[in-house]
Amino acid sequence: MIKQLSGNEAVAYALKQLNPDVMGAFPITPSTEIPEYFAQYVADGQVNTEFVTVESEHSSMSVCIAAQAAGARTVCATSSCGLALMYELLYVAASCRLPITLVCVNRALSGPININNDHSDSMGARDSGWIQIYAENNQEAYDNVIMAMPIGETPWVRLPVMTCMDGFITSHAVENMQLLDSDVVKRFVGEYKPENYLLKKENPLAVGPYDISAYYMEHKVLQAEAMKAAKARILEVAAEFERISGRSYGLLEEYRMEDAELALVLIGSTAGTAKAAVDRLREKGVKAGLVKIRVFRPFPGQELAKALAGTRAVAVMDKSEGFSANGGPLFSETCSALYDCKERPYLINIVYGLGGRDVTTGDIEKLFGRLANIAETGDIGSVYTHMGQRSREEIA
Amino acid sequence: MINAQDINEKTPWQDLTPGGEIYEAGTARAFNTGVWRTNTPVFHAQACKHCMLCVPFCPDSAIPVKDGKRLDFNYMHCKGCGICENVCPFPAITMVTGGVPHD
Repeated sequence: MIKQLSGNEAVAYALKQLNPDVMGAFPITPSTEIPEYFAQYVADGQVNTEFVTVESEHSSMSVCIAAQAAGARTVCATSSCGLALMYELLYVAASCRLPITLVCVNRALSGPININNDHSDSMGARDSGWIQIYAENNQEAYDNVIMAMPIGETPWVRLPVMTCMDGFITSHAVENMQLLDSDVVKRFVGEYKPENYLLKKENPLAVGPYDISAYYMEHKVLQAEAMKAAKARILEVAAEFERISGRSYGLLEEYRMEDAELALVLIGSTAGTAKAAVDRLREKGVKAGLVKIRVFRPFPGQELAKALAGTRAVAVMDKSEGFSANGGPLFSETCSALYDCKERPYLINIVYGLGGRDVTTGDIEKLFGRLANIAETGDIGSVYTHMGQRSREEIA
Repeated sequence: MINAQDINEKTPWQDLTPGGEIYEAGTARAFNTGVWRTNTPVFHAQACKHCMLCVPFCPDSAIPVKDGKRLDFNYMHCKGCGICENVCPFPAITMVTGGVPHD
C-alpha cells in the first residue's frame, strides 16, 4: 500500500500495527506527533495499548522499564533534551537487558536551545548499551521500527533498540512510502514471550539488583557480548524483513562504492542529498561514492573497513560536535575501524549540519573537490574541520 | 537457570544471569548484613517485661518472638541503629560500641 506520510506519521502507524502493551508518552519537539497520533489510535480503540501520560521523559522511560520487566512490550518516543533527561534510565534499561523500543527523532541538544536537527542527542547516548539504527528517510524510519522488536527481544540479544530519524527533515516532511499489511507486520514481530518476567507468578523474579564489584564487571561483559552478537541478529532480521517487504537492509549501505576512489561516511538524511551529489559527480567522471552507516551500535567496523578498502580519500561527516577537540564520534569509530588495514585512505573529519544548518548538494560536491585534491597531492590540511558555518576565512 | 545459592564470587561471567536477574524470592534472608554494624544492642533478659514495643520498631528482623516472649537478638540482619534501645521503657536494652555484643 502506497501512502504519503510524514516520518512521525509513518512511525506512529508502525506502532499501531505493532500494538505494543504499554507506551510511556511525553511530548517534545519534533517527536511530539508520535504519541499524539498514537493517542488517537488509543482513543479510537484501534490498539489496546496502555497509554501512560507522565510528567517527564525520566518517567516515560521508567514506565517502559517497569512494564517491560513485568513482561509487557513497551515503546516510547523522544528527542533532544528529552533523551538527555532519560540518560540515567537508558543505562538501566540496557543493563537490565530490557528490549524496549525507543524512537529518537534527532534534534540538537541545548544549549543554546534549538529545535532543529543534528545527532547530538543520540550520539550522547551512544555508550548507553542501546542498539542504534538510523534512518535516511520516512520509509526507513517505518521499516526500522518494525525490525526493532525482533532484534531486541531475541533471547541471546535482549537489548533495547533506539531507532533514529532526523528531526523535521524526516519526521515532518511527507514522502511517498510503502506500508505493509497489518497482518503481515503482526506475524513478523509475533508475540513477546520473555522467559522470565515479574508477573510470572510461578517464578518470583528480582530485576536490577545492586551489583557489588565482585559481579558488576561480569554483568558488563555479558552486556558487551550481547551487543557483539546483535550484529548477526540485525542481519538475520533484515533478511526476514526483505522477504515480507522486498526492501533490503544491511549494517551499512554502500552507494556507488564498487570502484569509488573518493568517498563519504555519514549517517541519516544527508545520505539522500549526498547520493544526488555523487550521481552528478559520476556523470562528470569522478569516482565518487558514499557509505551510509545504518547501524551505529553495534558499530560495523569490519564492514566499514571493507567498504573503504579501495578508496584514496575519505571524508567522515559528523552531525554532532563531540568536543573531543580531535573529531566527532563517527570519525573516531571510522579511524579505529581502518587502523588494521594495510592500505588506508587519507581520512578527514567534517562536522556539519549542527542545529539544523542546511547541507546542499553543492556543499557535498565542494567537499568531494577537497577529497580529490587530497588524493592528488597527499596533503590533508586540517584533519578535523567544520562545514557550513559563516567565517571570515574561506572554508574548503 | 542458575539459583542464587549457586552464584558466588568465583562464578564466571558465562554462568551469571542477564542483568543479574535473580529467579527466586527472599534471597536477602541468606545474606549476612549484620557485619555492617558499628554499634550493637545488648539484651538484658532479667529486665525485660515483654511489652513487645521494640519488636515493631525494629526496621529489620533482628528481634525474634516465640510464644509471646521476646528472645535475644538475631544479629544476622541487625544494623545497630539503636531504635530498640530508644523505645524500650525498661533498662532491658543497652547499646555498646563495636560490631559484637559484650557487657
